[in-house]
Amino acid sequence: MGLVDLLQSIIPPALFFSAPLIFTALGGVFSERSGVVNIGLEGLMVMGAFVGIIFNLTFGDALGVWAPWVSIFVAMVVSALFSVIHAVAAVSFRADQVVSGVAINFLALGLGVFLTKQWYGRGQTDMVSHQFFTRDIPFLSDIPVIGDIFFQGIYWTSYLAIALSFVAWYVLYKTPFGLRLRSVGEHPMAADTNGISVYKMRYIAVILSGALGGLGGSVFALTIALNFSHATIVGQGFMSLAAVIFGKWHPLGAMGAALFFGFAQSLSVISGGVPVLEDVPQVFLLIAPYILTILALAGFIGRAEAPRANGEPYIKGTR
Amino acid sequence: MKNRKFVLLFALLLSLGMLLAACGGGDSGEGSTDSEAASDNEGNESGEEASTDFSAGMVTDVGGVDDKSFNQSAWEGLKAWGEEHSLEKGKGFDYAQSNSDSDYLPNLNTLVREEYNLVFGIGYKLEDAIKDVAEQYPDTNFAIVDSVVEGDNIASITFADHEGSFLAGVAAAKKTKTNKVGFVGGTDSDLINKFESGFRAGVKTVNPDIEIDVQYAGAFDAPDDGKLIASNMYSNEIDVIYHSSGATGNGVFAQAKDIKNNEPDREIWVIGVDRDQYAEGEIGDHNVTLTSMIKRVDNSVQEVSNQAMNGDFPGGEALEFGVEDEGVGLADTNEEAYTEEISGAVDEWKQKIIDGEVEVPQTHDELDDYLDSL
Repeated sequence: MGLVDLLQSIIPPALFFSAPLIFTALGGVFSERSGVVNIGLEGLMVMGAFVGIIFNLTFGDALGVWAPWVSIFVAMVVSALFSVIHAVAAVSFRADQVVSGVAINFLALGLGVFLTKQWYGRGQTDMVSHQFFTRDIPFLSDIPVIGDIFFQGIYWTSYLAIALSFVAWYVLYKTPFGLRLRSVGEHPMAADTNGISVYKMRYIAVILSGALGGLGGSVFALTIALNFSHATIVGQGFMSLAAVIFGKWHPLGAMGAALFFGFAQSLSVISGGVPVLEDVPQVFLLIAPYILTILALAGFIGRAEAPRANGEPYIKGTR
Repeated sequence: MKNRKFVLLFALLLSLGMLLAACGGGDSGEGSTDSEAASDNEGNESGEEASTDFSAGMVTDVGGVDDKSFNQSAWEGLKAWGEEHSLEKGKGFDYAQSNSDSDYLPNLNTLVREEYNLVFGIGYKLEDAIKDVAEQYPDTNFAIVDSVVEGDNIASITFADHEGSFLAGVAAAKKTKTNKVGFVGGTDSDLINKFESGFRAGVKTVNPDIEIDVQYAGAFDAPDDGKLIASNMYSNEIDVIYHSSGATGNGVFAQAKDIKNNEPDREIWVIGVDRDQYAEGEIGDHNVTLTSMIKRVDNSVQEVSNQAMNGDFPGGEALEFGVEDEGVGLADTNEEAYTEEISGAVDEWKQKIIDGEVEVPQTHDELDDYLDSL
C-alpha cells in the first residue's frame, strides 16, 4: 500500500472519529480553564446525543436537509441548560466538583434511557433517517494528493470541529473575555480584586462546556451511532477529558490530542496492511493513546500543568 | 439561610435524578403490580378456563420486552405458548422487567414465590442469578437463553449460531461481486468465534476464491470502532459485511448508508444479526441490509414451555436450536437484494446441514480442518 493510499484510508476515518471528541474536549478546556473540573463531559455528551436523536426523529421530516443541523443546535442548547446543574453545585454551592460531575453523568444517562423508554416504549430509539452524510468538497477535492486525503468523503462537522478549535483558541488567548476566564482559573482572588466576577465567569465557562459537550454528543449520534440507547455514548466523554489533559488544557492541544486518538484508533484498524505495524498486536495500538495520556500526566512528555485553581471552589473574602 | 434552602432543593433534584435512573422502564411498576394482583386472584379462580394449571414466567434483561431483540422475541414465544393453551397474561404466564443488573435476583425470586412452574432468564447476563436461585428452589424449573448453566432443574437454551452464520456466508458469497467479504465481531471470544467460523466456512464452501477480512472491534457498544472498521473494509473493495457485534454494528450500518447515499449505484451490503435488521438498513429508496441471521428465541421458549408442561422438562440439558428446528435462519425481508437465486442456494445448504452432509465448524480449529477438507 502506497503512502498516499495509506493516508487516504487513515485520515478521513480518523476525522469522523475525532470530531465529537474535539467538540467535547473544547468544552472541557473552557470549563477547566475557569477552574471548574468537569467530569460530567460524558453525561453532557449523553444528553446531547439523546436530544439530537429525539429531535431528529420528531422533526426530521419537517426540516428536511436542515434537520441534522437544527438537531445539533437544539442539543447544544439543552445540554447548556443541563450543565447549569453542575455550575450551580460546583460554583454557587461549592460542592465537590468531581462528585457533582459524576452526578451529571448518572443523571444524564438515567434521564435519557428513562425518557426513551417512556416515549418509545423500549430501550432504544429507531434509527434516524436525517443524519449527516459525508461530502466531497468541490474544487478542493480535485487537488492531487491533498484533495484525496483531506477533502473527499469527510463530514462537514469534522471541519467545523477543527475550525471551532481555532475560534476557541482565539477567544481564550486573544480576547479580554478569554483573559478573564483564564484568570479566574489561575487565581480567582486576584481576578476578583480586579473587578472580575468569578462566579459569572465560571458559570459562563461551565455553560459553554455544556453546549460544546452537547454538540459533541449529538454529532457522535448523528454521524456514527444513528440511534440512542444506553450503549450510544460509552466512554467518549472520558476520552475527551483525556484529550483535555493530554493537550495541556489548550484548545489546539486538545484538538491535536483528539485527532491523535482518532488517528491511533484508525491505524489500529488498518494496521494489518501496513509494514512494521502488522507485526504489532492490535491491542497495543488501541491502548497507545491512553498510555500516552498517563505518561503526559506523570510528567514524561513535557509538564502537564493544570490551571492552578482547577477544582477549588472560590469563596469570596477568604485568602 | 436562603442559601441552605437552595442546597436542600438541589439535593432533592439530584436524588430525583437517581430515582429516575433507578426506575428506568416505565412499565416495570405496572408489570409487577399486575402479577401481584394476578397471584392474589389465582386463589379464587384458579384456571377456570385455562386448559392447564401450569404456568411459566420470564425475567428480561435490561432490554425490556420491546427491545426488538431477544427479550421481545422470548416474550412473543411465551405469549404464543399462552394463547396455545388459552392462558391470560398474569394468569399462567407473565414477565418481570429488569431495569438494571441488580434486578435479576429479586425478579427471579418474585416469580418463584408467585409459584410459576417454569421461569426463563433471558440473556447470558442472568446466568449467575439463575444459578443461585435454582439452587435455592430445587422444585421450580428454570431455563436460561443464550448461555449454559449447570443444574438439574435448569435447561440451557442455546442457538446454533455457526449454522445460521454458515447460511449468512452462503448468502454473502452469492451476493459479492468483488469476491471480498468482511466480518465484524464484537469481542474475540468463543461465542463470536462461533459466528466467524460458520460464516467463513459458508463463504469458502460456495467459492474458495473469496477473500474474507475478519476484524474484532473489542466491544459490543463501540459504534465508532464499528464505523472505522466498516469504512476501511468498504474502501478495500469489500462489498458485503456480516456483523455480529451488537450496537457496534450500528457504526457498520452508518458507514454503509453513508456510502449508499453518496453513490446510490454502488452495491454494498450489511448482513444483520440476532434479529431482522431491515429497518436499520433503510436509506432513502434503498436498503443496505441484505439479510439478517435471526435467532428464533420465540420458537425455543414455546417449545421448552410445552416440554415442561407435558412433564418432560429438559433439566440439566444444554439444548441447541439449529436450522432443523427453525432456531436460526435468514431473514428474507429485503426481496430486491435477497434474490431467489440466493434464497435457493441458502435453502439448498440448509437442507444439507439438516441432512448431516455438512458439519459446520464452531471453532477456529474446526474451521481449519473444514477448509482443508474442501
